[in-house]
Amino acid sequence: MKRSYFAAPYGLWMAVFTIVPIFLIAYYAFTLGGGFSIENFRMFLEPAFVGILTFSLWLAFLCTVICLVIGYPAALLLAAKDMKRSSIVVVLFVIPMWMNFLLRTYAWMTLLEDTGLINRFLEWIGIGRQRLMYTEQAVLMGMVYNFLPFMIFPVYSVLSKRDERLLEAAQDLGANAFMTFLRVTFPLSVPGIVSGVTMVFMPAVTTFVIPRLLGGGTFMMFGDLIENQFLTMDDWHFGSALSLIMMVLILISVGILNRADPSGQAAEGGGLW
Amino acid sequence: MKALRRAYLGLVLVFLYAPIAVLVVYSFNQSETRAVWGGLSLKWYQALFHDKNILDALYVTVSVAALATMAATVLGTIAAIGIHSMKSWTRDLFMNVTNLPMLMPDIVTGISLMILFIFMKVPRGYGTMLLAHVTFDIPYVIFSVLPRLKRMNPNLYEAALDLGARPQTALLKVILPEILPGVITGALLSFTMSLDDFAISYFTSVRTANLSMLIYSMTRRKVPPTINALSAIMFVTVLVLLFVVNNRGSDTGRGRGTSGGSAP
Repeated sequence: MKRSYFAAPYGLWMAVFTIVPIFLIAYYAFTLGGGFSIENFRMFLEPAFVGILTFSLWLAFLCTVICLVIGYPAALLLAAKDMKRSSIVVVLFVIPMWMNFLLRTYAWMTLLEDTGLINRFLEWIGIGRQRLMYTEQAVLMGMVYNFLPFMIFPVYSVLSKRDERLLEAAQDLGANAFMTFLRVTFPLSVPGIVSGVTMVFMPAVTTFVIPRLLGGGTFMMFGDLIENQFLTMDDWHFGSALSLIMMVLILISVGILNRADPSGQAAEGGGLW
Repeated sequence: MKALRRAYLGLVLVFLYAPIAVLVVYSFNQSETRAVWGGLSLKWYQALFHDKNILDALYVTVSVAALATMAATVLGTIAAIGIHSMKSWTRDLFMNVTNLPMLMPDIVTGISLMILFIFMKVPRGYGTMLLAHVTFDIPYVIFSVLPRLKRMNPNLYEAALDLGARPQTALLKVILPEILPGVITGALLSFTMSLDDFAISYFTSVRTANLSMLIYSMTRRKVPPTINALSAIMFVTVLVLLFVVNNRGSDTGRGRGTSGGSAP
């Protein structure tokens, strides 16, 4: 028996549980009232729906930028020579990621609510109660909190593997700390940034749990909209069209990001995406 | 300069831990509402162990994760061995299909499986949730095992055959021990992914709720303080487990293993 046949059961599994479901989505997206139709996609072009998409993209973009600004220095410091031995600190950064995602988001609800700790602190210092929950800022906060480790770790794992001698060589050749960072460390960290940005942006754009919990349904994001079509509106055709749009968007952005990665780490996966 | 660095890392850690710390503190709160501090009490821990909803959801979460991990590890390891010995275009095809679930947003994976199950008239419950979990777990196993296979000396297998081992024996006694660290990493990743999953379970099961689904439905109404006690217990469990794993100190794919949690 040829050894490549070993992959046959897996191939069958993926055909049934990944390929067929995608075709089902495509089928519903391109049909309406029993026949072929692109009406579902035309419906999406209404300003209200395009607005929801651009809003989601904008919020996910902000989240990614904030995660990069907070996370990059953290990763850099964690990968610094004097930190190497203290792997305890690294573990400390991992632990929150292992808490249940819903619990982490619920924890923010208890902090941000009207009688929550933050508001009570604000009252105590005399600023007075603010409306924190059910705002865009609350959703953004929840996203940054949940996805920050996904920025820190890819950058950290690339930087901690860098050859220390490169830094010494740069210094020997007369580069100051800033130039060493700009010309040596930063270029080396680009693959980490690329996968960090991917790992933050993708879940941020598609999440429907965080806007539900922290946004309280006061505004919609693209993930909400899709969930709504299936579980509330019962409009599988429009919902499938939206899912397809989201999938294509993700694949395009991953493609663009991978192109930005000169080392081509993503070539591993057969190169299609 | 060093103090400044420490301060920055400390600040980020405060941001990451503050919400969890608040839950843990509230878990000892005598009072039912979070607005009032009623003194220390362990009553929510007691209540937790009598709350059938939470215990059921906990059982569903852990058992689905365990079963899905076992199935995915076996299927994925065998598949990786198959894919490794493939020629160019079939190999590319399989790798692209393996990448697909990792790139697809959770919500789309969940919805596409929901459509499949409704289409095939399979009632959505424990079984469908398990099938869905196996599906999104397998790629993690394959991506953990393949690098090990690549690093392996191909002559070892040939040598075993030359020395008279049957192919099955060579597979079990030569290849499997070589790739075992990758298999374990894949299994650990699968387990954590399953434990933390919300979106895919939410769409593929209606009758059975895992912990994430239960917490989600609670936040729509009112979250009982027992959830704080549960958070505290889970936090301590993770804390202990990670420090034990870390102290065991080895290079068995730590880089990937630590990037677990709720992935995209």
